Amino acid sequence: MGRGRRFKKLYLSKIYTFTCGKKSLFNDEHSQIGSVGFSRVVLVNEPADKFENSSENNNNNNYADNVVCSTKYTVANFLPKSLFEQFRRVANFFFLVTGVLSFTKLAPYTAVSAILPLIVVITATMVKEGIEDMRRKKQDIEVNNRMVEMLKGSGTFERTEWKNLKVGNIVKVEKDEFFPADLLLLSSSYEDAVCYVETMNLDGETNLKLKQGLEITSSLHEYDFSDFKAYIKCEDPNANLYSFVGSMEFKEQVHALSPQQLLLRDSKLRNTDYIFGAVIFTGHDTKVIQNSISPPSKRSKIERKMDKVIYVLFFILFLMSFVGSVFFGITTKEDLKNNVMKRWYLRPDDSTIFFDPKRAPAAAFFHCLTALMLYSFFIPISLYVSIEVVKVLQSIFINQDINMYHEETDKPAHAVTSNLNEELGQVHTILSDKTGTLTCNSMEFIKCSIAGVAYGRGVTEVEKAMNRRNGLEFDDIMNSPDRKAPIKGFNFTDERIMDGNWVNEPHANVIRNFFRLLAICHTAIPEVDEDTGKVSYEAESPDEAAFVIAAKEVGFEFYKRTQTSLSIFELDPVSQQKVKRTYTLLNVLEFNSTRKRMSVIVKDEKGRILLLCKGADSVMFERLANNGREFEENTLEHVHEYADAGLRTLILAFRELDEQGYKEFDAKFTEAKNSISEERETMIEEVSDNIERNMVLLGATAIEDKLQHGVPNCIDKLSQAGIKIWVLTGDKMETAINIGLLREGMKQIIVHLDTPEIRSLEKGGDKTAISRASRDSIKHQLSQGAEQLTAASGTSEQAFALIIDGKSLTYALEDDMKNSFLDLATSCASIICCRVSPKQKALVTRLVKFRTGKTTLGIGDGANDVGMLQEADIGIGISGVEGMQAVMSSDVAIAQFCYLERLLLVHGHWCYRRISSMICYFFYKNITFGFTLFLFEVHASFSGEPAYNDWFLSLYNVFFSSLPVIALGVFDQDVSARYCLRFPMLYREGVENILFSWRPIISWMVNGFISSIIIFFFCSKAMEIQAFDKGGRTAGRDILGATMYTCVVWVVNLQMALAISYFTLIQHVLIWGSIVIWYVFLLAYGAMASSFSGNAYQVFAETLASTPSYWLLVFFVVITTLVPYFTFSALQMRFFPMYHEIVQWLRHKGKTNDPEFCAMVRQSSLRPTTVGSTARRAAKTNSLSLRGSTTDHR
Amino acid sequence: MSSSSAAASGSADSTAARRNTKRPKYSKFTQQELPACKPILTPRAVISVFLLVSVVFVPVGVASLLASRKVVEIVHRYDAECIPPSNSSDKVAYIQNSSVDKTCNITLKVNKHMKSPIHVYYQLDNFYQNHRRYVKSRNDEQLRDSSKWDSTSGCKPEDMANGKPIVPCGLIAWSLFNDTYVFSLNNKNLTVNKKGISWKSDRDHKFGKDVFPKNFQNGSIIGGAHLNDSIPLSQQEDLIVWMRTAALPTFRKLYGKIEMDLNEGDTISVTLKNNYNTYSFSGKKKLVLSTTGWLGGKNDFLGIAYLTVGGLCFFLAMSFTIIYFVKPRQLGDPSYLSWNRNPGGH
Repeated sequence: MGRGRRFKKLYLSKIYTFTCGKKSLFNDEHSQIGSVGFSRVVLVNEPADKFENSSENNNNNNYADNVVCSTKYTVANFLPKSLFEQFRRVANFFFLVTGVLSFTKLAPYTAVSAILPLIVVITATMVKEGIEDMRRKKQDIEVNNRMVEMLKGSGTFERTEWKNLKVGNIVKVEKDEFFPADLLLLSSSYEDAVCYVETMNLDGETNLKLKQGLEITSSLHEYDFSDFKAYIKCEDPNANLYSFVGSMEFKEQVHALSPQQLLLRDSKLRNTDYIFGAVIFTGHDTKVIQNSISPPSKRSKIERKMDKVIYVLFFILFLMSFVGSVFFGITTKEDLKNNVMKRWYLRPDDSTIFFDPKRAPAAAFFHCLTALMLYSFFIPISLYVSIEVVKVLQSIFINQDINMYHEETDKPAHAVTSNLNEELGQVHTILSDKTGTLTCNSMEFIKCSIAGVAYGRGVTEVEKAMNRRNGLEFDDIMNSPDRKAPIKGFNFTDERIMDGNWVNEPHANVIRNFFRLLAICHTAIPEVDEDTGKVSYEAESPDEAAFVIAAKEVGFEFYKRTQTSLSIFELDPVSQQKVKRTYTLLNVLEFNSTRKRMSVIVKDEKGRILLLCKGADSVMFERLANNGREFEENTLEHVHEYADAGLRTLILAFRELDEQGYKEFDAKFTEAKNSISEERETMIEEVSDNIERNMVLLGATAIEDKLQHGVPNCIDKLSQAGIKIWVLTGDKMETAINIGLLREGMKQIIVHLDTPEIRSLEKGGDKTAISRASRDSIKHQLSQGAEQLTAASGTSEQAFALIIDGKSLTYALEDDMKNSFLDLATSCASIICCRVSPKQKALVTRLVKFRTGKTTLGIGDGANDVGMLQEADIGIGISGVEGMQAVMSSDVAIAQFCYLERLLLVHGHWCYRRISSMICYFFYKNITFGFTLFLFEVHASFSGEPAYNDWFLSLYNVFFSSLPVIALGVFDQDVSARYCLRFPMLYREGVENILFSWRPIISWMVNGFISSIIIFFFCSKAMEIQAFDKGGRTAGRDILGATMYTCVVWVVNLQMALAISYFTLIQHVLIWGSIVIWYVFLLAYGAMASSFSGNAYQVFAETLASTPSYWLLVFFVVITTLVPYFTFSALQMRFFPMYHEIVQWLRHKGKTNDPEFCAMVRQSSLRPTTVGSTARRAAKTNSLSLRGSTTDHR
Repeated sequence: MSSSSAAASGSADSTAARRNTKRPKYSKFTQQELPACKPILTPRAVISVFLLVSVVFVPVGVASLLASRKVVEIVHRYDAECIPPSNSSDKVAYIQNSSVDKTCNITLKVNKHMKSPIHVYYQLDNFYQNHRRYVKSRNDEQLRDSSKWDSTSGCKPEDMANGKPIVPCGLIAWSLFNDTYVFSLNNKNLTVNKKGISWKSDRDHKFGKDVFPKNFQNGSIIGGAHLNDSIPLSQQEDLIVWMRTAALPTFRKLYGKIEMDLNEGDTISVTLKNNYNTYSFSGKKKLVLSTTGWLGGKNDFLGIAYLTVGGLCFFLAMSFTIIYFVKPRQLGDPSYLSWNRNPGGH
């Protein structure tokens, strides 16, 4: 497309009053060029390779290439680096040390049996690391191999991969393509080298930015570039997105460069067919990538806590070893007194250092090392690797969840990193981006109020969600057959206006003016499809497009724009014919955030000069003429209604100018525009301000910033789950507020710096004065907000919303104020921060994270959210839209915000539960096993002889107990997904960290000690001294060891069976399988040559299997060991049930269809939810019903 | 919800395959909807489990106890009485004096009819056969394979004597128990069968048929028993039994079998040689005659344990029954939830 020029050659810069046409002036900063920090030299169109032999000119060669690399390892450093990473973990290091020690004589077991599990564990982890890095590599390759047209030596543009770009290359970027590197804009498809850029990926702002090349290069075309040469000096690569200092020497003249000419990597060309640009920064030098911090390695809270528990275990381990060594030292010393041997059979007189009574302290020390090795079974060596395996499998389940698959974009959920799965179950605060995350960034014209009459029957997403809660289904209306195919940006139905019916309305005249205004007052460009004659629009912002489309749908079709005129088709009310009208465009007074309005001045065919204006209600009503306020009251009411429904409103008004008045204005305006003094902008503003007065009100429009599908419902569920939601957006305050996070009756505390005093100070330009005044103002506003809160704390129903803008946030985040800011914020129900920079997003996230100490989740879709995503405990990227930055730096990528509900409430909850019970269980099983070793030592004078065969020891963690626990970590569910969603309160278990607080951890550990004591005590007592079988032989170390070991295997597996609440075939196979494997192993191992199997030789086949006392003992010990836990759980279920147990109970009883019962369970929270439609509904019913009862009735 | 999604995805499956989308394949496994049994601890389940355990445990306990009670056992401690009173001040010196005859006569009274075979055990006390130094001090290769007669690694300090390797080497063999017993009933010798007192696998695979003791007990200190150099190790069952080390410091080892019934009231006189030194570590020595039942030797512990736990479970079952009947409570009652119990922390 795009090649054939469809636009007439347009000097678009003429439309713009404020932003365009500013001369780039040399100012202070430019003088720094060439000095430190401003030393970059770019030879345009002289790529390095041409100058290989000339040392002087190959500057370009020194710069980084355009390859982006985000991998952690390379082939060369993978082994050492990942090994280093592995052994940084305390537990792994410990096992490495014991592994090395096991080659010495100290070892209580053979070295191979000790080192093998470690090798298995380390290898598994490294394989996992390798695979993850490969995946990143793939993504890099995808980005690096995107195609762009680059000027080749032959003088033609040829497609090449991004990675081949070098500094100085000239590239051609076409519409809707991303810029491959930071480019200097040379010329575009517009004559004046203007182009539109979407920077959503960088700063999150939705409106298009206008960039303009230097005049001197604007005339260059495709074939002029082969002999284009220029010499650019500019600043060194830096992270500042909004500044650029440089100069270009072209045709022996030096021109100043400004950010106006810089096109940044990862922004997107819009509304412009193509541009030509010279590459200035490549690869890691680009501002985007300079901005991105290297991805922090995140560890979940549970893992951090687990480390603490492991330290506790280490402590116990050292304690046991120490106690053992002391006893050992004493007994050893006593073996030889005055050359009299006590335990002569040990030959203490002729001993090695390890058992030498003469050097008892040394022996005790060495024994301590031995004991550390022996009791190292306390530390679950396979815990880390099991967790890694489990997490990978969990992420596969997340990736495979069909309910998180987005049909339209063909994107399933994708867990980018797998080590935060359980963190998803503990989220306390969500920090969300708005555009592209909560909203689709598509605006729909949905309602309007014209001449005091409200039109439009469209239903907003927010209303839908509320109605659905109330039991009404609106889908019928939405799906009714007579609904036409939806038009993007238009969701307006009202037969009073549509299809030309407006002419019959009482105020037809006003209606005509209203839509005419919509068709004229904008800066959009029509594109006429030559085949079908259909018109589409290229607009700066989606709202603007929505207006033009609305006008078109009603019958005022804007179809042509020239330099000086706009042409529309409109319906003539008299003849009922479409007639063509052309308006001469005199001036455009564009929108900006201080003006909050935009106007055009046009002359219609009759020669009337009209000022058409649309703007925010806060500025518009005061600008109405006294005779123009006819509909003010009704309009105001409607505007409030719309705002409540979460719509963006604009007020439309117009004014007829007389010839004289216009001439005066025009003269002043031209003067202001042409002035080059610093006052220029103020002057333009003043002139505009004077003319935009005495207007006649037409009505108001309501645009729905279309929320993504299911967002209100999702927010509702999340807040029921006790999750707080902050919205951090780059958007303007007005647009940020109306997104359905607020509910009526919610008091808004707005913190901003838009006060007259500050503004006047800003004009003065005294920076210190401004910041002092701002700081004071913010402090004051914050304390006022806090007062409001305390005043309202008596009346519990009142909920507050805090709205703060980016500028204020700068001050609020300062050290002395951030605490009061956060205190205020945490007591508000919803918090909206608008116009925040990417950096501020990250700062706010960090503040929340560190100050509350709770888990934060960042969710966003653009590169501007990257900081936030990386700073938050969990970063979620929205992958529905283009641009990979957010997804690449996120931990989980989902296609739509609403999948967050399932991701958190179902997967997060499950993963949290699984991982925490898995870890607890791991501790349990290792303590059960490890402590029997210690108890045996007590009866073996602490000599360090293990109770079990070497291979029993080393395979315990690998074979006989690991698979069921992995199954627990992957498959267990307390309740099914359906119940997780139905009872969002379940999620609170994660937020409160009930399942992995010290209480359950210690209970499990105690349970382990109890099991271990029961096993050892009963086994040793029952086997004691008497004959073991009918044959009269007694039980030796081999038999006692094998029996105890059998008991341990049975107990830990059955304990698992008791602990899990979800028994699928897999669990059955693995649990019973593990026990069977133990017997199979015992048989197989016993059948091997006795030189290998040692004292386990034929121990099962010959001795155990045929002996009734073995089986009776095992049966007894196993059941008895489980009794304490079973009793405990029964008591807990009876007296202190946890929420999931109540839900399980509900499900079990089949009471889930009993609404009263469900409501009771849901109501269990005494804390009212504060946002979301449930809360809204509750607030409504509360205000209706008499105060007191907080239950909501169906 | 799950059913509708299942239906939707089911219909989309076929199209998905054609279009080659990234749509996850639907299966009950990937969607974590596998049919499962989800047991929860309902009162009924709890009570029935406890009842079941007690119903099983009590009879098993009774049976075990009976089995143990049926076993007849005679235990006689002789380490103290076999020291002549004159030597009682320094028992160690007495036992280490190899020139003294250590014969000692004791009598055992049979209080109950003992059915053949009657097992003869010696019981040692406070003897750490499970000490690491002790356990490791042997060389299995040497015991098994006659060609490896000189491999004595791990046997120190009992590896070499007079510069030659010892077979069998190591502390265990060296400290072989060497008290001997001769039984007579009414002045008629009772034969003690010493065959088949060890495990068959040991005889067949761990102790070689062609490995003969060499250079054994030739060192400076004599530990325990001497071995007959002309009998292969696989037939030296005392050694085999001894070398299967005990798990706990108090242990019995099989000495032999008397294959003859003993009647109530019989008095057996035992002529024993009190050679083995347990005095230096103050260990007791006991001679044990015992029959066996299907559960092995005499030990009431298992039976009592079964009965106790069975009883306890019955008690628990009753308590839970009472709790459920007397104070039934709606399980859905949320006031027990942790975040409601301490409303301060949210």
